[in-house]
Amino acid sequence: MAEDKKYMTINMGPQHPATHGVLRVVLELDGEIIVKATPYIGYLHRGVEKLAEARTYLQALTLTDRLDYTNGLSNNLAYCLACEKLLDIEVPKRGQYLRVLLAELQRIAAHLIWIGTHALDIGAMTLLFYAFRERETILDIVEHVTGARLTPSFIRVGGLASDVPPEFGSMVRAFVKDFPRRVDEYETLLTENIIWRKRTRNVAPLSKEDAISYGVTGPVLRASGVYYDVRKAHPYSSYEDFDFEIPMGEKGDVYDRYDVRMKEMRQSNHIVSQAIGRLPSGPVNADAPAFVPPPKDAVEHDMAALIRHFKLMEEGFAPPPGEAYGAVESPKGELGFYLVSDGTSKPFRFRIRPPSFLNLGAVPRMIEGQMVADVIAAIGSVDIVLGEIDR
Amino acid sequence: MTATGRTIKRLTDAFGPSLSVEEAGVVVGKERLREVLLFLRDDKDLGFSMLTDLFAVDCYGREPRFEVVYLLNSLKLKERLTVKIRVGDGEHAPTVSDLWRAADWLEREAFDMYGLYFDNHPDLRRILMVEDFDGYPLRKDFPTEGYGFDRPFLVRLDADEGASKKTDQ
Repeated sequence: MAEDKKYMTINMGPQHPATHGVLRVVLELDGEIIVKATPYIGYLHRGVEKLAEARTYLQALTLTDRLDYTNGLSNNLAYCLACEKLLDIEVPKRGQYLRVLLAELQRIAAHLIWIGTHALDIGAMTLLFYAFRERETILDIVEHVTGARLTPSFIRVGGLASDVPPEFGSMVRAFVKDFPRRVDEYETLLTENIIWRKRTRNVAPLSKEDAISYGVTGPVLRASGVYYDVRKAHPYSSYEDFDFEIPMGEKGDVYDRYDVRMKEMRQSNHIVSQAIGRLPSGPVNADAPAFVPPPKDAVEHDMAALIRHFKLMEEGFAPPPGEAYGAVESPKGELGFYLVSDGTSKPFRFRIRPPSFLNLGAVPRMIEGQMVADVIAAIGSVDIVLGEIDR
Repeated sequence: MTATGRTIKRLTDAFGPSLSVEEAGVVVGKERLREVLLFLRDDKDLGFSMLTDLFAVDCYGREPRFEVVYLLNSLKLKERLTVKIRVGDGEHAPTVSDLWRAADWLEREAFDMYGLYFDNHPDLRRILMVEDFDGYPLRKDFPTEGYGFDRPFLVRLDADEGASKKTDQ
């Protein structure tokens, strides 16, 4: 690189439709080629970790919905797993299966947003409408069960906020039956599409070694050919009971990431159908009265339950001093919560391990030496959510 | 954390008294941190090749004040291991950003939130807060609502008048 060479500096974002939020990237260009890319983040910083340290464990749960806002239920689950490790309680099988079921539905919904917006960024507009149509079906199910579309706070410490309504089974079955055909539909639009292939093949590749060094997780890591999925490596919530495969890529380019996620949606659908097929009966909440609030109808009739309810809502519970790390495979990658308890009812340290943060860290490595038009493809393929990066 | 006794034993065999095993993980002196992490990363049998997370904890009121926690992940053994160092207020920690590129941003975040300095970090500046932000928000002595919260938020309507006066603070 000659010393006297002058590069053009271009600012992209923070208000840019293809950065999926408020992300700013400063690009140094040599003609059309990117020499250096520097992301600037923090525009959506709300101080979630600090806020959670001032709240009880139950209150902090609601903050987790707002991290990766396409994926509320998985965030709840990761946080609850960490809390349950601190408290040393186990959720009954029905609760665990329902958690898996909801988390996988949410994964499909999150991937549908990704494919819709990612294809739109690259120029294939039709897919957005197709993907959001199915996403709406999932959100209807989520809303029917949890009462909210995006911020469910439904998975609670020790189980779920309540059991699912009786229509849940038929709604999920109808979706599961229909969905593989829909994925085929998306694939007819993209997989063999020559424009799509030209825009994604060999674009923004990430090598195996780099992916591991950058701490990349999730579909991006697997597209680079590293076999790591939290659901298989560190099974939680009875994932070991289900039969599913981990789709892998080879080159780690934008196309491989697309391919991995498309296959993942089919696998998630497969997990959902297994979970609904052999959903055990029984309670959904752990038998731990000190941490789990009593059911609503008991509160209305039983004085002791009412007192317990108020005590838990007002004071919260105080886990014994200790530290715990709970992680799930969120649609973006490994989402973890590291909680440090000092024996009071508020977390002493509430650390979020955000997958998008580390995945974004690898984006400059992917796009350096690539064409400037491919930045959008690269950012879209990593599937970042700024709510999670900035916290 | 979920590291088996075997991993811990290998570690204590190699480093002996310079590390102590606690319930939450392995605590090492910050002088030997890089050595221990390099051993964990490059050892053929262990292979803790991934740095899952790096963050600080402010143990306010205790000495030394800060803990830096390194969460390692072995793709080979399917194990996690927590390694910690303890640093006092104003002390510097060694960087591991040359061992794992992931540590680059994570150390910047720890610096941003706690004011911890990492020696030899290539680009240690704030990452989430604005560059001219005053204070380190995740420290326990930083108020949750921030500073200046109870003062009225002045809106400048007249640009000329406002430009000469500093309205915040």
